[in-house]
Amino acid sequence: MSVALPAVDIARALTRIAHEILERNGGPDSIVLMGIPTRGAFLASRLAALIAGIEGREIPVGTLDITLHRDDLRLRPLRALVPTMTPLGGIEGRNVVLVDDVLFSGRTIRAALDALGEMGRPKTVQLAALVDRGHRELPIRADYVGKNLPTSKGQAVKVHLSEIDGVDEVLVENVEV
Amino acid sequence: MRHLLSTSDLTYTQAIRILDTAAEMARISEGPVKKLPTLRGRTIVNLFFEDSTRTRISFEAAAKRLSADVINFSAKGSSASKGESLKDTAQTLQAMGADAVILRHSASGAAQRLANSHWTSGSVINAGDGTHEHPTQALLDAFTIRQHLRVGTGDLRGLTIAIVGDILHSRVARSDVHLLSLLGAQVILVAPPTLLPIGASTWPVQISYDFDSVLPLVDAVMMLRVQQERMSDFFFPTAREYSHYYGLNADRLKKMKPTAIIMHPGPMNRGLEITAECADSARSVILEQVTNGVSVRMAVLYLLLAGAPSEDGEITQ
Repeated sequence: MSVALPAVDIARALTRIAHEILERNGGPDSIVLMGIPTRGAFLASRLAALIAGIEGREIPVGTLDITLHRDDLRLRPLRALVPTMTPLGGIEGRNVVLVDDVLFSGRTIRAALDALGEMGRPKTVQLAALVDRGHRELPIRADYVGKNLPTSKGQAVKVHLSEIDGVDEVLVENVEV
Repeated sequence: MRHLLSTSDLTYTQAIRILDTAAEMARISEGPVKKLPTLRGRTIVNLFFEDSTRTRISFEAAAKRLSADVINFSAKGSSASKGESLKDTAQTLQAMGADAVILRHSASGAAQRLANSHWTSGSVINAGDGTHEHPTQALLDAFTIRQHLRVGTGDLRGLTIAIVGDILHSRVARSDVHLLSLLGAQVILVAPPTLLPIGASTWPVQISYDFDSVLPLVDAVMMLRVQQERMSDFFFPTAREYSHYYGLNADRLKKMKPTAIIMHPGPMNRGLEITAECADSARSVILEQVTNGVSVRMAVLYLLLAGAPSEDGEITQ
């Protein structure tokens, strides 16, 4: 097990992503952040706070539970639902930035796109991920990446955030020996 | 959880999980698109040997919102009216590949019989068996009470709920007693002695024969339908006398706490156990119960059918 991203790097990456989001969308006016629980939701709140710090105004943040849209429901044990929170003002016609901790197969994001469609029709959908570990199974890419982390499929990437894990770090573990 | 047969099978954690899941389903049902792909390709059979309007339609709506295929079977106009047994009917449905069977039957224990048999490999959901249980009705009652009196989270600790009327023939009352007390509520049964089942004194409830003295104490009053179709005997002298002692009317409404709600599982006998004035009052949540029924049944279908079959049926985060 090795630390791929210590706390200070996570903070730097998030600050950079906050600037990139503002740059790409020409300011904070149309942006809505949607975190994918559990850890994506915390990352979305952090990004929102960073953007508020830069621009001096709040932007809408929501969470999006994708469980009911997953394509692997029958392959895995039952999952509990977590609350979805629609952001203030909804997502209709906004630039929605999905926020997740690890981008891997891309299936979570596919499910998230379906779940968003249930809420309304955004102008654009962008994707921010703290870690992109490769091994995509669908034609999906991130617009904002904290760190590209080349991994083998036998490894597991774990993101710990101080909100629930007490510490900020990204770990890479070898699962298969 | 593989089957849902009785609320007395549920643990506290399972009951809360169903209510929490139902709250998420309710949120989706309020959105612009009321359809989820979750149970696509699953087949659910509504197997109804007894008449029902709201339960069957509610299950059908719930299954369809989760994209399951629904086959409706009612005993009238089927081979059951030619004398086909539950076993043969169930095996026929199994041969067609049913993933879940929602069963209503006039015999108490029919759902348990079906679940214990090898006639069907799918999940069995009890939608009312004789005078035994009707678990999804109790779950929607608990959900409705929680929405109104507990801001939609947690359990029902500290609440007092009266269940009034024909307890003897009511499967809803049995399911409600188990579930509401499991969730921490105090249940008071109010009925004439002739309409209380033998053994009710062993239930975790208080029993009262005096409706008026109970009214100021309760946070919710649940009126039960007088089930004349199940009555082979005379249980009270006249309908008028029953209404006088055990019906909910405008005078009794005034004795209730200002926050207390009025519930009824339907269908109502207006003028017998409840006056139209009470049924249509602002305190009545009877139509909300119907709406919540769909969310609760979506939650049950999700929790029984969505995951991979596992030994312990436990849930991951």
